[in-house]
Amino acid sequence: MDSNADAPLSAAEIRDLSDVAGTMIPADAALGVPGADDPVILDDIVRSVGRDLPRVREALAAITAKSGGAFARLDRDAREALINDYYMSGAAAAVALGRLIVGAYYRDDRVLLSLKLEARAPFPKGYTLEQGDWSLLDAVRQRPPLWRDDRKELAK
Amino acid sequence: MSSNERVDVLIIGSGASGAAVAWSLAETKMRILCLEQGDWMKSTDFPSNGRDWEARRYTDFDISPNRRGRGTDYPVNDDNSPMKIANFNGVGGGTVIYTAHWPRMHPSDFKVKSLDGVADDWPIDYWALGRFYDENDRMMGVSGLAGDPGVPPRNPPMPPIPLGKTGTHYARAMNRVGWHWWPSDTTIATTPYEGRAQCINLGHCTPGCAQGAKASTDITYWPLAIRAGVELRTRCRVREITTNEHGMAAGAIYYDADGNEHFQPAEVVIVACNGVGTPRLLLNSASARFPNGLANSSGLVGRNLMLHPWPMISGYVEETLDGGRAPITNLWSKQFYETDSSRGFVRGYTLQFNRGMGPANQAITSAAAGQLPWGRDHHRVYREMFEHRVGIGVACDDLPEEHNRVTLDPVLKDSNGIPAPRIDYAISENTRRMMEHGIARAEEVLTAAGAKRLFCSRTALNSPGHLLGTARMGSDPERSVVNEWGRCHDVRNLFIVDGSVFVTGGGVNPTSTIQAVALYIADQMKQRLANLFD
Repeated sequence: MDSNADAPLSAAEIRDLSDVAGTMIPADAALGVPGADDPVILDDIVRSVGRDLPRVREALAAITAKSGGAFARLDRDAREALINDYYMSGAAAAVALGRLIVGAYYRDDRVLLSLKLEARAPFPKGYTLEQGDWSLLDAVRQRPPLWRDDRKELAK
Repeated sequence: MSSNERVDVLIIGSGASGAAVAWSLAETKMRILCLEQGDWMKSTDFPSNGRDWEARRYTDFDISPNRRGRGTDYPVNDDNSPMKIANFNGVGGGTVIYTAHWPRMHPSDFKVKSLDGVADDWPIDYWALGRFYDENDRMMGVSGLAGDPGVPPRNPPMPPIPLGKTGTHYARAMNRVGWHWWPSDTTIATTPYEGRAQCINLGHCTPGCAQGAKASTDITYWPLAIRAGVELRTRCRVREITTNEHGMAAGAIYYDADGNEHFQPAEVVIVACNGVGTPRLLLNSASARFPNGLANSSGLVGRNLMLHPWPMISGYVEETLDGGRAPITNLWSKQFYETDSSRGFVRGYTLQFNRGMGPANQAITSAAAGQLPWGRDHHRVYREMFEHRVGIGVACDDLPEEHNRVTLDPVLKDSNGIPAPRIDYAISENTRRMMEHGIARAEEVLTAAGAKRLFCSRTALNSPGHLLGTARMGSDPERSVVNEWGRCHDVRNLFIVDGSVFVTGGGVNPTSTIQAVALYIADQMKQRLANLFD
C-alpha cells in the first residue's frame, strides 16, 4: 500500500474534489443555493472525509483517469455525463464520494433554508406531527379477523 | 489468567434477550452477572443531537458492524450473502439501533409444518407466549391501537403514533384498494412512560433516540435489573464457554478492555448474543469433549439462519408529506400475511409503510436508485422528490434452510484475535416468489396513492438485521440445539435465549418475540430451580 494513503487530501486533490463537487451539485441562482464547491461547503466536505479517505481518493483518481487527466477542462455536458456514468457504475468509491458530498451539502444553512427547513439539529426542539384522519380506520375496523387461529384449524 | 468469584448465573450479552432474562431472574435473588462487550450509550452521543445527524448513520452509527468499526464491534464476513449483517454491540444491543417497530409473530408462525406442511413447528405455541408478550409490552412501553383485525387481540399501553400527512395518504390508498391496514405498534413512547419522555418527532429513530422516547433495554430493563441486584460488566468480550469433566458449562473466558484474560466461573450460563454472535461463541467453544462446537451434537449450531428478505418499493407523490420529521414506522398491512396457495408460495409477508427521509438521505437514496441526476438537473429533480416520498417495505417470512449458516471464518478475527463469523446465505425460491408478489402489491398500492417514479430495491441497502434460527428450539436432540424451554440438549446448565432459538422467523420484526421467548425461558427456569439440571 502507498505509504501516503493515510495522508490528508493534498491541495491538488482538494482542487479536483472542488471541480467534481461543483459539477455534481452546481450553484443555482434562481433557487439562491450555492454549489457543493462553495468554500464553506467544500471545507465541510474535506473535514468530513474521515474513514472514506481511501475511497474518495480512489474516486478522484478514477474520475481523473476517465477524463484523460483534464476533468476541469471538459465542457459542462461532458463533465456531467462522466460523473453520472461513473456514479451509476455502482463502484463503492463513487458511492462514498456522493455520500460525502451530499452529507455536507444538505446540512448547509443556506441549502436547508431554501428547502424551507430549519437550520438546526433535530434535538432538542423536535417537530410537530399532525394526527391525520383517523376516521379512515372505520372501514378497517368492520373487517373480520384475518389471522389464522391455529387452535381452531388444528382441532378440525 | 485471573479467575473471578463464582456467580450463580452468567448471562453473555445485554441486548433484547439478555436484559429481559436478567430482569426476570433477578427476583430469585441469585447472584447474576452479565458480561457485555460494548459500552453504555449516552443519549447525548446520539446523532440527532448534531447537525451531522444524517452522515453519522454511515459512520459510528451505521447498522453494519463492518462499516461502523467501533472498538467494541467484531467483524463479520458477509461477502457470500445478498443480505448484510446488522447489529450493535453495547448495553441494549440491537435495541439501541432498531426502528422500534413492534409486531408480534402470528399464531400460525409457530405451526407452519402442521398448517402448511413446510419447515418445522415450534415446540411451543403463540398462546404459551401470550402473557410474556403482554409483560414485555409493559416493560418496553408500547404505543399502538387495540382492535386490529389483522392480529390476535393485544392492548398497547400507550396511544399510537399519529398518522400524520403520510399515514393519511397511505390510508386513503389502502381503503381505495380495499386492503387491511392499521397503525403500527411501536416501542416509541407517545406519552411520558415509566420515566421516559414522549416522542417529539426527532426524525428517524434507528441510530438512537436523544429524547429517550424509543425503548432500548439500557433504559427499560437494565435500570430495574441493576436495582434488583444484577451486575452488568461492560467491555468484557467472551472468547469461549468452558466445560468441566462432567460436560457441564464451567464458565466463560473473556477479555477486558485492556485485553487481559479472565475466567468467570458460573453455575448456569445463559447465552444472549443474537443469531450470529451465539453460534459464533458456541463454535469458538469447541473442545476435546465437544469437537464440533459446544452444544452441537445435532450439527445444527449455525444452520438455518433466517435474515428476512425485505424489498423496498418507493415512489413520489405530488402532495407534500411528513418527510423525515417523525418516526419512520407508520402503518402495517396484514392483508397478505397468511398462506394462500393461489399465490404460488407458502406463508406470507407484512407490508410496512414508511415515512420519508431527511434531506441528505433523500439525496443519497434517490441517487443510488438512479433517479436523482448529478449536474444542472439535480436541484429540479431533488425538489420534486424531497418530502414527497412514499415507501413500502415487504417483510417476508424466511423459512429455515440448513445451507444458510454461520460458521467461523478461517482468516478474519476480531481485535482480541477471536475468529469472526462467516455468513453463507441464499434467498430461497419460495421467498423469491413471495418477494415478487409483495413487490407487485406494493406497486399497486403506491400507484393507487398517486405515486410516480416507482423504484424497487430487492435487497435493501440496509438489511433489517434480524438474525434468527441458528440454535433452534425443539424436543428432538437430533433436530434441535435447545429444548422447549431453552436448555441445550447437550449441556444441562447452558441456556440460549436470543433469536437463535427461533424455529421459523415469521414475516415481522422479531424483537417483540425474542423478548417474549426470553421471558418465557426465564419463567421456565424459575419454575424448575430445584431440578434445573435434571
